[in-house]
Amino acid sequence: MDIFLLFISAIFVNNILLAQYLGNCPYLGCSKEKSVAIGMGAAVLFVIVLATVITFLIQKYIMNPFQLGYLQTIIFILVIAALVQFVEMFLKKMVPPLYKSLGIYLPLITTNCAVLGVAILVQRKEFDLWTSFLYSIAASLGFLLAIVLMAGIRERFVVTRLPRSMQGVPSGLVMAGIMSLAFLAFKGMIA
Amino acid sequence: MIAESVVTLFGLGFVSASILSVASRLLAVEEDPRIEVVTEALPGANCGGCGFAGCEAYATAVLNDPNVPPNRCCAGGPDVAKRVAELTGKAAGEVEPMVAFRRCVKVEGKVAHKYDYAGATTCAGAKLLDGGPDACRYSCIGFGDCVRACPFDAMWIEDHLVHISPAKCTSCGTCVRTCPNGILELIPRRARVMVFCSSKDKGKAVKDVCEAGCISCGACVKKCPAKAIAIEDNRIVIDHKACLAYGPSCEEICVTTCPRSILRCLQPETVSAPPETEPAHIPEETHVVDLNA
Ligand code: SF4
Ligand code: SF4
Repeated sequence: MDIFLLFISAIFVNNILLAQYLGNCPYLGCSKEKSVAIGMGAAVLFVIVLATVITFLIQKYIMNPFQLGYLQTIIFILVIAALVQFVEMFLKKMVPPLYKSLGIYLPLITTNCAVLGVAILVQRKEFDLWTSFLYSIAASLGFLLAIVLMAGIRERFVVTRLPRSMQGVPSGLVMAGIMSLAFLAFKGMIA
Repeated sequence: MIAESVVTLFGLGFVSASILSVASRLLAVEEDPRIEVVTEALPGANCGGCGFAGCEAYATAVLNDPNVPPNRCCAGGPDVAKRVAELTGKAAGEVEPMVAFRRCVKVEGKVAHKYDYAGATTCAGAKLLDGGPDACRYSCIGFGDCVRACPFDAMWIEDHLVHISPAKCTSCGTCVRTCPNGILELIPRRARVMVFCSSKDKGKAVKDVCEAGCISCGACVKKCPAKAIAIEDNRIVIDHKACLAYGPSCEEICVTTCPRSILRCLQPETVSAPPETEPAHIPEETHVVDLNA
């Protein structure tokens, strides 16, 4: 039951994008087409889960014993950047088709604050390894859901004529705001 | 405290750096340096006219796939084809310069409005509503989806009818793929004749809605000595290759035969413009059914 609640709250109530406003750049940049959005969402899922697990282990076995908690941000950034680089090389060699479809988004993820955000959040919430793992999956599923919904809406913009000043990012930001408001309704689900 | 943090940071940095450098050796992927060279030789418009996702995708394909010819880039034209052929060592082949052409003269044909459309001002949107606001379902809707799609700024709308500047058109075909009514076509720049109508309706239905549309009577098909004209789906298809190969000795008999003057000679500069003079023999009594009435 707890796990169920964890998933529901991470996907709908505390959606990483729409309630915590992390990772907005890929959200706006890669949500023009559904296929692209799904690719980006999958890449983020992959990296968030891996990064959360590795940073968790580093925190627990290196930083905590030496009381280096104040170095958290810089160490996590370092680890995530290196990890993304490694994943990129690995995919390029081992799974070229996947690399091709994710290729351009992978380096982008290095600077995606959602990755760092989840890694830090699980520390703040003092989850254990298993819960952190599940939470990272749930949070990135929330990201995937939001970005795919957004892409679905923005695909419709093709058949509408927007005023020039609203085309592209402005309409995207307005949409993001409205969706964020809509997701507020889920707050009532878990009292 | 300071010592520990410095050691940890450097240590972690060192470990990640070594893992990455080892990985970059082990996982190195050989990339063909020629891809970059060929990509540079292409115009970089990424218009997709070659049928690949973009210029780089085409460069990769042309280098690695023996079946991909070097002359697929229409935006670049013969010069680029020659350069790509040089770089890849493939035979350049003939590039027939093409141009986009609009098969519709609804203004001349006095095509009536079926209804007043007040939705999203895009052709694709308007088409969803009973095939568009024009009485002819194959006419130019005129909201300019193609104009917005054209990466080379070669089109504009006038009188709810699209116009194409042959000088600017690179024959990338983006508009052809965009137009929801399929009334745009790529034809050779040298083409002699073309049909200014794309209706797939039967003769009677065309007559009812347009004074200029093709009624598929087939007179041109019979008269053409080069057998270059055919009717498919009630729509005229011209085999420009056969037409050009036959040469001028037919004296463009199809044009003079066509009872509705809808087959016309093309001047390269005015591929899409209607002729200066009104065609003489449009039957006066033909009237347009006004569905608004
Ligand atoms: S040619 Fe096609 S896309 Fe262009 S304005 Fe006419 S109907 Fe629309
Ligand atoms: S008019 Fe059509 S074919 Fe010509 S450049 Fe524009 S989109 Fe391409």
